[in-house]
Amino acid sequence: MKKINLPITDEDIENLKAGDSVLLTGTMITGRDAAHKRLYELAQKGEDFPVDINGEIIYYVGPAPAKPGHAVGPAGPTSSYRMDKYAPTLLDMGLKGMIGKGARNQEVIDAIVRNHGIYFAAIGGAAALISKSIKSDELICYDDLGTESIRRYTVEDFPCIVVIDCKGNNIYETEPKKYCTE
Amino acid sequence: MDFRVIKAEKITETVKELLMDCNYNIGSDITNALEKAKETEKSEVGRQVLCQLIENNKIAHDEQVPLCQDTGMVVLFVQYGDKVVIDGGSFKNAVTEGVRQAYKEGYLRKSVVNDPVFDRINTRDNTPAIIHTEIVPGEKIVITAGGKGFGSENMSAIKMLTPSYGAEGVIDFVLDTVRKAGPNPCPPMVVGVGIGGTFEKAAQLAKKATFRSIETSNPDPRYAEMEQQLLDRINKMGFGPAGLGGTTTALGVNIETYPTHIAGMPVAVNICCHAARHKTAAI
Repeated sequence: MKKINLPITDEDIENLKAGDSVLLTGTMITGRDAAHKRLYELAQKGEDFPVDINGEIIYYVGPAPAKPGHAVGPAGPTSSYRMDKYAPTLLDMGLKGMIGKGARNQEVIDAIVRNHGIYFAAIGGAAALISKSIKSDELICYDDLGTESIRRYTVEDFPCIVVIDCKGNNIYETEPKKYCTE
Repeated sequence: MDFRVIKAEKITETVKELLMDCNYNIGSDITNALEKAKETEKSEVGRQVLCQLIENNKIAHDEQVPLCQDTGMVVLFVQYGDKVVIDGGSFKNAVTEGVRQAYKEGYLRKSVVNDPVFDRINTRDNTPAIIHTEIVPGEKIVITAGGKGFGSENMSAIKMLTPSYGAEGVIDFVLDTVRKAGPNPCPPMVVGVGIGGTFEKAAQLAKKATFRSIETSNPDPRYAEMEQQLLDRINKMGFGPAGLGGTTTALGVNIETYPTHIAGMPVAVNICCHAARHKTAAI
């Protein structure tokens, strides 16, 4: 298990390999379908973003509401492929990495390699467990989107696994083949 | 004629309790299957993922919080006794109020938008629900309620197979659907298969199949055999827990069938994640 501080450095990205289990500590931003659509449309019009994505890791999440006394509600990853249309643009504009679950298309993998980025998977459906590592939650923008707003999470030992590394190695492609007996 | 009067508030209260219960407390069939898979899974990473899921479900139960942030769109299968009369409101309104209260008071995520294509504005109370009602003889209402997450729902598919495809055609379509889903629907998954009826009936049967305990089998031994064969073949695909490789891609396959037309053999595959949430109550 490797411990990584956020914001992530280029050196850390260089050293992380697909398949590495990591614990992330520091801050990350959140965003999913509706927020991505808005950012993408701003990018196409050449307008400024209401959030600075430069050097950031974005977590694809739409949390459940927090119970009183909890920093955040259950907050597991959502399926990443729905952001595939938007992710290459954001990576080209300075986003460093993404946390989600599930496969990415070739355009995203190419954009990861081109920008020396990284893609992590958190465990889908482990939302109550993952929320234990999220220590604070602050709204950045798009409050009207409710659970889909863009927020800043401060995390401590947030568990995830490197799925696509900066060289384009992808364990969703390589690992299942080792166990395939069809 | 004898009738039984059921108060609308009782229906509201029952729906509310079922939805909170199913989101906090995973069924024992899933817990048993995860524990068993932890012993048999060949991948070390896969075993770690299964341990995390077991721990996650324990935290959700202990703290009474949702086990997954996607607390779903509400689906109800209702057996409505034909001797029941509702006092104090309509059945639909009583159910809707139960959904509203569960999602507000239970800290469940509101994931429903008002219009699928244009507006897409969150209704902010997770209504409306999908209600499948069957009128049956008797004086009870039996409600099975669940929250269906869309990570897996989006991986589902339907195909209007024709009779000459036979059992092999059904098996191939189910396997193709699971293969295309790959790591996306949060494996290990529960696969619901609906065969027969019409286009919409097959889809409804597939959903109903995901709402059946994975510790049960189809009563027809031929379909029970097909369920087992599908489960074995899916687990040979190698996707494994969280799609990170392994021998546990599905926890269960349930098949539901219905008579169909001489020209048809519709097959629907409804994929559900490991958080297969459903609870039943009789009023």
